[in-house]
Amino acid sequence: MGKVFAFHGGIHPPQNKQQSTGLAIQPGPVPKTVRLPVQQHIGAPAQPLVTVGQRVLKGQLIAEPGGRLSVAIHASVSGTVTAVGMMQVAHSSGMDALCIEIENDRLDEWVPHAGLEDFRSLNSNDLADFIRGKGVAGMGGAGFPTDVKLHVGDHHIINTLVINAAECEPYITADDMLMRERADQVIAGIGVICHMLKPSHVMIGIEDNKPQAIRALQQAALGNRHNIDVVVVPTKYPSGGEKQLIKLLTGVEVPSGGIPADVGIVCQNVGTAVAIHRAVAHGEPLISRVVTMTGDALARPHNMEVAIGTPFVDLLDQANLKENQLARLVVGGPMMGFTVNDDELPITKTTNCLIAATWEEMPEANPAQSCIRCGQCEQACPVELLPQQLHWFAKGREFDKAKNHNLFDCIECGACSYVCPSEIPLVQYYRFAKAEIRKEEAETRKADHAKKRFEARVARQEAEVAEKEARRKQRAEAAVKAQAVKKDKLEADAAKPAVTADAAAPVTDIKALKTAAAVTRTKLRQVEKALKNAENKGLEGVETLTQTVATLQTKADAAQQAYDEALNPAAAAPAPVLDLKQLKTNAAVARTKLRQAEKALAKAQDSGEGDIAALQARLTEQQAKTELAQAAYDTAESGEAAPAVAPAISAEQLAELKADWDAAQAKVAKAQAALDTAIANESPAAEKMKAGVAKLQAKADEAKKAYDDAASPVTAAAAPAISAEQLAELQADVDGMTAKVSKAQAALDTAIANESPAAEKMTAGVAKLQARLDEAVQALQAAGGAVAEPVVEPEPELDLKALKQQVSIMRTKLRKVEKAVEAAEESGEDTSELVADQAQLQQRFEAAKAQFDAEEAALVARAAEEGVDLKQLKIDAAMARAAVTKAERALAKVTEPDDQQEKLAQALEAAKQKAEQLNSTLSRFE
Amino acid sequence: MALIRVTSPHVHKANRTADVMRLVLLATLPALLAMTFFFGWGTLINVIWASLLAVGMEAAIIRLRKRPVMFYLRDYSAVVTAILLALALPPFAPWWLTLVGVFVAIVIAKHLYGGLGQNPFNPAMVAYALLLVSFPVMMTRWNMPTVLLDNGALGLFDSIAVIFGGLEPAQIDQFTGATPLDAFKHRGGLTSEEAWRQIDVLANGIGAWHAVSAAYVMGGIFLLNRKVFTWHIPLAMLAAMTVPSILLFGFDPDSYADPFFHLTAGGTMMGAFFIATDPVTAASSNKGKLFYGAGIGLLIFVIRSWGNYPDAVAFAVLLMNLAAPFIDLYTQPRSYGHTQAKRGLKGDS
Amino acid sequence: MNLVFLAVLVLLALGAAFGLILGYASIRFKVEGNPLVDEIDGLLPQTQCGQCGYPGCRPYAEAIAEGDVINKCPPGGQGTVDALAGLLDIESMALDAEDAAAEPIKSIAYIREDECIGCTKCIQACPVDAILGAAKQMHTVITSECTGCDLCVEPCPVDCIDMLPIETTLTSWKWDQPKPGVELIATDRRGAVHEGAA
Repeated sequence: MGKVFAFHGGIHPPQNKQQSTGLAIQPGPVPKTVRLPVQQHIGAPAQPLVTVGQRVLKGQLIAEPGGRLSVAIHASVSGTVTAVGMMQVAHSSGMDALCIEIENDRLDEWVPHAGLEDFRSLNSNDLADFIRGKGVAGMGGAGFPTDVKLHVGDHHIINTLVINAAECEPYITADDMLMRERADQVIAGIGVICHMLKPSHVMIGIEDNKPQAIRALQQAALGNRHNIDVVVVPTKYPSGGEKQLIKLLTGVEVPSGGIPADVGIVCQNVGTAVAIHRAVAHGEPLISRVVTMTGDALARPHNMEVAIGTPFVDLLDQANLKENQLARLVVGGPMMGFTVNDDELPITKTTNCLIAATWEEMPEANPAQSCIRCGQCEQACPVELLPQQLHWFAKGREFDKAKNHNLFDCIECGACSYVCPSEIPLVQYYRFAKAEIRKEEAETRKADHAKKRFEARVARQEAEVAEKEARRKQRAEAAVKAQAVKKDKLEADAAKPAVTADAAAPVTDIKALKTAAAVTRTKLRQVEKALKNAENKGLEGVETLTQTVATLQTKADAAQQAYDEALNPAAAAPAPVLDLKQLKTNAAVARTKLRQAEKALAKAQDSGEGDIAALQARLTEQQAKTELAQAAYDTAESGEAAPAVAPAISAEQLAELKADWDAAQAKVAKAQAALDTAIANESPAAEKMKAGVAKLQAKADEAKKAYDDAASPVTAAAAPAISAEQLAELQADVDGMTAKVSKAQAALDTAIANESPAAEKMTAGVAKLQARLDEAVQALQAAGGAVAEPVVEPEPELDLKALKQQVSIMRTKLRKVEKAVEAAEESGEDTSELVADQAQLQQRFEAAKAQFDAEEAALVARAAEEGVDLKQLKIDAAMARAAVTKAERALAKVTEPDDQQEKLAQALEAAKQKAEQLNSTLSRFE
Repeated sequence: MALIRVTSPHVHKANRTADVMRLVLLATLPALLAMTFFFGWGTLINVIWASLLAVGMEAAIIRLRKRPVMFYLRDYSAVVTAILLALALPPFAPWWLTLVGVFVAIVIAKHLYGGLGQNPFNPAMVAYALLLVSFPVMMTRWNMPTVLLDNGALGLFDSIAVIFGGLEPAQIDQFTGATPLDAFKHRGGLTSEEAWRQIDVLANGIGAWHAVSAAYVMGGIFLLNRKVFTWHIPLAMLAAMTVPSILLFGFDPDSYADPFFHLTAGGTMMGAFFIATDPVTAASSNKGKLFYGAGIGLLIFVIRSWGNYPDAVAFAVLLMNLAAPFIDLYTQPRSYGHTQAKRGLKGDS
Repeated sequence: MNLVFLAVLVLLALGAAFGLILGYASIRFKVEGNPLVDEIDGLLPQTQCGQCGYPGCRPYAEAIAEGDVINKCPPGGQGTVDALAGLLDIESMALDAEDAAAEPIKSIAYIREDECIGCTKCIQACPVDAILGAAKQMHTVITSECTGCDLCVEPCPVDCIDMLPIETTLTSWKWDQPKPGVELIATDRRGAVHEGAA
């Protein structure tokens, strides 16, 4: 027998153990229902695997471990699952936790199970997994997952196995009786643990107040292959504390914050050893345990083997509770157990004792008196803390100091409270302080985290602004460069006509004219932009700028008109060539001057210096002059332009025109695609590109018109014989248009939701698109294609979304009015008007809601008719879209053209197809 | 079923503050009897008078502080303070001296600091020290042991008359004199041996003091046995007095008193077992108690040998009261699982 | 006269010497940044709610270092005010909030998801990027990241964001601080009842 060491402190409360050792362990009551909390252990809660109504067999797995540090739960009876939900559990808070409730069918039907024939053939990993599957948790009280404890051998060298048989808490005799009756099972369980941990020494620590158990153990351990010592320790609370027992048996202290394995020791409870034995030898999961029923309010205190999940009341009945004497129901021992206020709560894997105490036995605590610093708590503390100091710190909320005085080494054994002459609830102070410290630490962590996220966000925003600024600068520089180039070119152009051949003039001139007109328009736009800038930045002279822009706008319009007009009657009156030249030079000079003025203005605006208004005025003047010159030139030039178009257009010419149109259309399509990409990337160039696309579109339209005009005499005759091919083309056009319109509409909706200032413009754009669509439809109809109205009409597609939005807006309005009414009522103002408003809004809201609901219901119904789950479809579509984006991104990342890229491209294609398919299905229902 | 929900533990040692205080009261009985036997009725009268005053003042001040009066009175702490003070006062101290003392002890030294458990200084000793410096004549005019009196002890009613009636000093002088410590200190040019032979109170009266000291030791052992306090403080204090007195007495027996005299004359034993062990004002850890006790012992010896006052228990205790929190800071025990004990304020912000 | 001259000389020399030492020390031991701001920032709850009138906790910390009052932080409650007072060694003051007496109840934002129209306004308002969502898509709050600053409540155009207090669960439940005062009064009453019964 080993030498017994000592630990500091400790107390000798009355044992009260003999009451419950009179009878052998009795079979427990057969419960009507069992309630199994998914968390009966330390660590993560288990995850339920059963549903309500499911029939389960005894020993069947009903909840699997929810993580590494977790324990499986098995059905402790056979029967039907009647509930999976929040129910009150045995916890000091009296709160609810997730439980599985099973109604016992009393058939006691086991799930097939078998033990291991030879556990020694398995390695410790597999054996630990096997034990994990049987849901074994520490049965001493804390409920630490046993397999985790048996696994520590992987990281630590274990030389001593300590079996905790001390059972130091008064009243409890469950382990005592277990050892008296099943000592061989304890030893067998130790054999399994030894196989897994390979300790060189096994010590069973047992208090000297259990002579029978000591004899039984010694008998069972005789001749055992393992080096098992039954070490009898003096009876002193809390010798059964893990760390205290280790100190008692080995003289070694477990370092603060560490685990026994750090010093080469693993500690297991005797009950756990038996559970391990039963799991390994018989394949039985942990579904029952020995519970001590004791206390003066019981007529027949004894130990019983109870199915986990049995309600307390069944046990109390079996122990003949004297109900009128029950004052306090304690789960666990009198020193560390907790009280409950309900006897319907279930037995768990860690419930080793129930004390039904009378008032005389456990009188209500006297009110706490002042601490007189008697120091008895220090004499009693098994961890050698300064309990009264900790109490002062907790009382004064000086948690830092409490932590510094090793509060977290406190094992909450209650020895200090037990001896305190002032009856201060010291343990509660420590629990309170510990919880507060943990909460504070969590809050600090969260605050730090929030700070990091906030700083990251600020940094990101700053980077975005900087990036934008850099891009803006880049653009400005590029524009300056381009201008310089253009200026050179124009100057050269202006010089050229005078030198080069006169004959070449007309051709160059028309081109130059067109460029010039476009340039003028661009300038105008730039001025507009400058104005906007000025507005945003709140510079002075905004009003003047606005006026300028307005005048410029009208002038630009006039110029455009003039240009158009000039283009048409070009053939009318030919003008002298010399004049033309002169005029052209004039115009060029004027333009140059205008550009200079603009530049000066832009510079002034950028730097914010100089008299912007004056510059602006000069610019305007120059603009007018330029236009005048241009107009003069235009008029002159148009007279010299090509002769009127011959009425007799050859077929060849017609073909040419057609080619033109086709090319223009192709360009539009290309530009549109580019624009879409730009929008998707949220490129700042999108606006410009949009304008470009519009322009191209206009050009294409023009080309088409020209073609149409030219062809009409031709087609007039051929009209009735329009080929099916052409019809199909037209149809495609219409379809494309429809898609565009809906797209534009969607963009518009977003803009409205964001209250974007572009919304108005976009509305106009949508209207225009709509008009074009109508045109296309008409053309198609004229061509003989019957276009089904509902297909063209984009409204139904948007209905649901719009309705939903409307409902939301209505609700908001209503709420606002309600608030206003409340406010008005509070301040005692007249609310009748508001109330009327409210009623009206309410009505409207309800109407909108009803409409929306009906629409949605119809939709869902329609979908359901076709056997499609709309929600699922939506989710699938969204996922498919996400997959496409992902694939695209992956593709973009791969730069080298190799197999991978091809593969990715293929994957992208596939994803796109799927997404499209889903989208189309979805769009059918929306 | 009306079940209560409370925190663990659910059982409690039958040991309340009141029980502790009652044990202390019980332990003072031998000394009280010895004092009454050897010095007359005065001590008994004073003890009763002081107790009444203490209970009254405690009740009044608790009421002023708006606390439940009975709850606090039941802990007997006021009575203990009063009795210890009364035992320390000269047996025939006039009634107002006790009144002032109890007032200082209960109201100023205890409740003005926040009541039981909050006072940094031992209330009885604060009162004693204050009376000693304010009324030195009365406080040092100890009556002679009855054996030295020609007329024998004063009767009970005479005693009451002396205390409450304020008899003339001339009459009092008849039966009062110096304490042995006082006599030894102010022995003129006599060597200690001569003093022991020539001074009456030393030659013949010392027995009474020995008896009273023995009574205090009896009470102290009883309290130790009942685990009201641990052995650390008394032992350290007595040892710290004995060792230097042995050394100095061995070195120069003519100038210094012998160790036995130090231990048995004056308030040494009362201080060791009833004053220094007051948990509220003492150091709390076992190691700290050793330092605390030793400090008191040493201070008593130093003041007695070289200071102005013949006895020094009160001053020594008060000085060490001051030092107790500091001692506590540097004598914290090493907690389980830690390699080092925490020392000082390190880490406390 | 000579003596006076000597005294003045000595004092001047001393002054110069100490001035040099001080000047050297101020360069040699120069404190980088403002550690006080960091310390103040460390005490603030980092909800970034802006209820103090500053755009985030750090700006407020800087303002306090500059001498602003310390009671403008409702999420921190009286505890933060006291801690700040302790740090700055000034008199603590009452919290400047509507219901200053009540300890702030920790709450986090929840979006009623069927009412969300996907406007992204709350996303832009969130100082810690705790709201997930995209335009026209339903948004949701990452509860573990939410600091409960309620900055997202105001911008929502359809009022679909609720600030709900964090519920106590079995794992977050804790023992209360024992209340000696109450128990005392209860005792006296209980004593009276017992005596009355007897």
